[in-house]
Amino acid sequence: MDASNYLYISALLFTIGAVGVVVRRNAIVVFMCIELMLNASNLSLVTFSRINGDLDGQVMAFFTMVVAACEVVVGLAIIVAIYRSRRSASVDDASLLKR
Amino acid sequence: MQLALEVGQTAQPEAIMFWILGPMAVAAALGMLLVKKAVHSAILMAFVMIVLAIFYIAQDAVFLGIVQIVVYTGAVMMLFLFILMLVGVDSSDSLIETIPGLRPIAFTAAIGFGGLMVSLLGRATLGRDAIGLAAANADGNVEGIAMLLFSTYVFPFEVVSALLITAAMGAMVLAHQHRTTARPTQRQLSINRFRGASLGTAAGLPGPGVYARHNAVDVPALLPDGTPAPTSVNASLEARGDMLDYKSFDLAEVNTQIEEEK
Repeated sequence: MDASNYLYISALLFTIGAVGVVVRRNAIVVFMCIELMLNASNLSLVTFSRINGDLDGQVMAFFTMVVAACEVVVGLAIIVAIYRSRRSASVDDASLLKR
Repeated sequence: MQLALEVGQTAQPEAIMFWILGPMAVAAALGMLLVKKAVHSAILMAFVMIVLAIFYIAQDAVFLGIVQIVVYTGAVMMLFLFILMLVGVDSSDSLIETIPGLRPIAFTAAIGFGGLMVSLLGRATLGRDAIGLAAANADGNVEGIAMLLFSTYVFPFEVVSALLITAAMGAMVLAHQHRTTARPTQRQLSINRFRGASLGTAAGLPGPGVYARHNAVDVPALLPDGTPAPTSVNASLEARGDMLDYKSFDLAEVNTQIEEEK
């Protein structure tokens, strides 16, 4: 097996995550799909770190994880705040600006 | 013509692990997209994250693999499940499209994007083999990352710590709720109880159960005058329709039934 296969699987997971963000309507599932995309990019960072033989890629993946953790904390707080005022976690229900 | 980005062969055990876990991870990710309930999505997501952690460890990124399990499957997924419980576990997506034609467009775009990425990777050449992390990890993976983190990347590291604190503050501000009315005092609550609409409930609501015929929680209690008290049954039982018809337990009705049986 070639080491670049990890890159293919990373591209696949990223694509699946992107479709999930567009197609799913539950805000929490949308959020999990964003996490999937971040994780997929982390996998390619780790693989490139191995290909290039230095640890810079791993440090980048580490920073990605920290930023993802921040994003989850704030995002879930926003979802809870929206749920409190609208009693719904569907992204399509928050459409007041449309009309 | 070189058709794939060839960066060097991996060892046989790693290849076996990849071909077992890789398809499983993709299948779990697809399942996450297709299952209806958010909780099932979360479980599948946790599986994908554990598989990715194994991939990291297989690729000599031991520290990241452990952090992936601790931070992602440990903390982030638990946070997701916690919020799911808060928002309602049965909150499943309705499958009606609100934007017409969204799904075909999304899937077409995804196939285009995925095909582009894969063909790009397939046509790229590095011109050399993978170096591998044996030299970089010579002093240990954690030590190597720490070296970089506290020398080259020390400023980004500090910025990220500021980001974490800001995010924690932001979450607290977002989750904080202002009271729109003043909290009622003990004195106020007591006055409401005894000077309120009904003095009958001042000592609390009666407990459910009619002795001699039924004493289950779905049967209303009998008041001293023989009439059933529907308020004695839990409101959620009543809403679910699990409360027995209390009229049949009216003492007058029971008396007439017994006389008819005689």
